Amino acid sequence: MAVSIESLKSNPYFAELKPDEIAAIGAQVFERSAGRGEMVLLEGDPAEVMYFLVSGVVKVFKTSVEGKEQILNILRPGDSFNDVSVFDDGVNLASAQSMTPVELYGLRKNDIKTILNKHPQIALNIIRVLAGRVRQLAALVEDLSFRHVTSRVAKILLEYAADDWVSRPRLTQQEMASMAGTAREVVARSLKVLEDEGLIKFDHHRIIINNKEELARMAEIPL
Amino acid sequence: MGEMPIIISERCDGCGLCLEVCQGSALKMAGKVVQIDEKGECDWCTLCEAVCLKEAIVCPFEIVTGKH
Repeated sequence: MAVSIESLKSNPYFAELKPDEIAAIGAQVFERSAGRGEMVLLEGDPAEVMYFLVSGVVKVFKTSVEGKEQILNILRPGDSFNDVSVFDDGVNLASAQSMTPVELYGLRKNDIKTILNKHPQIALNIIRVLAGRVRQLAALVEDLSFRHVTSRVAKILLEYAADDWVSRPRLTQQEMASMAGTAREVVARSLKVLEDEGLIKFDHHRIIINNKEELARMAEIPL
Repeated sequence: MGEMPIIISERCDGCGLCLEVCQGSALKMAGKVVQIDEKGECDWCTLCEAVCLKEAIVCPFEIVTGKH
């Protein structure tokens, strides 16, 4: 795999840059691949690299001292991660693990500083990306603080429902639990409640949403 | 063979708990790790995933919107 300028261009970090600028940045980027379930980053390790996801799915999560996992985000191609940790010179804020085989582009901390000095447009793009990250984390705080578990599970189902146009990552019950800030068993019970109320139906490896409107009402979100 | 659970062999410690709970005989031991038995059937009960302490077997759900 060679670093693809097209892949870089489609990343929000490099929007509105000239082709020669993107090519110069591409020279600093290194490639990394990881198999399903591989740890890409460990929370607490010195933050040396930020990554752009080229293909596959990565989950970003924190782990409590008791080993409980809280998923902060599930990332898709075009997303970046570990940028906050690299920018504030701290340690990795969260761990990252591949949910599928993944291809990544990495940028080292020192190279980012050089790039920022040469291409100030990127700083504006970074502000936009980080502002979106703050919004997403604020929404997570809202979910964990104010929504009941079944409501959180309903919201996850709506967010991860594929339709005719968009495919979404598949989720295990453990992953839903880690997103909802609860235990797998509680998610299993919540799914059963939603099934009993006729809002969803299990069909082998599929969860079919039967009543999107009612599920949205339960999730307390507008459709 | 329909859709089957995903086994992450590197994590499997060969304890065999998943085989014990599987009602469709969808799993078998191959040496010291578990493998999918292509002759068996999986009804996606997810019990194998629930009992695996190593998270070596997963049953991810595809979430889809039903047609009205």
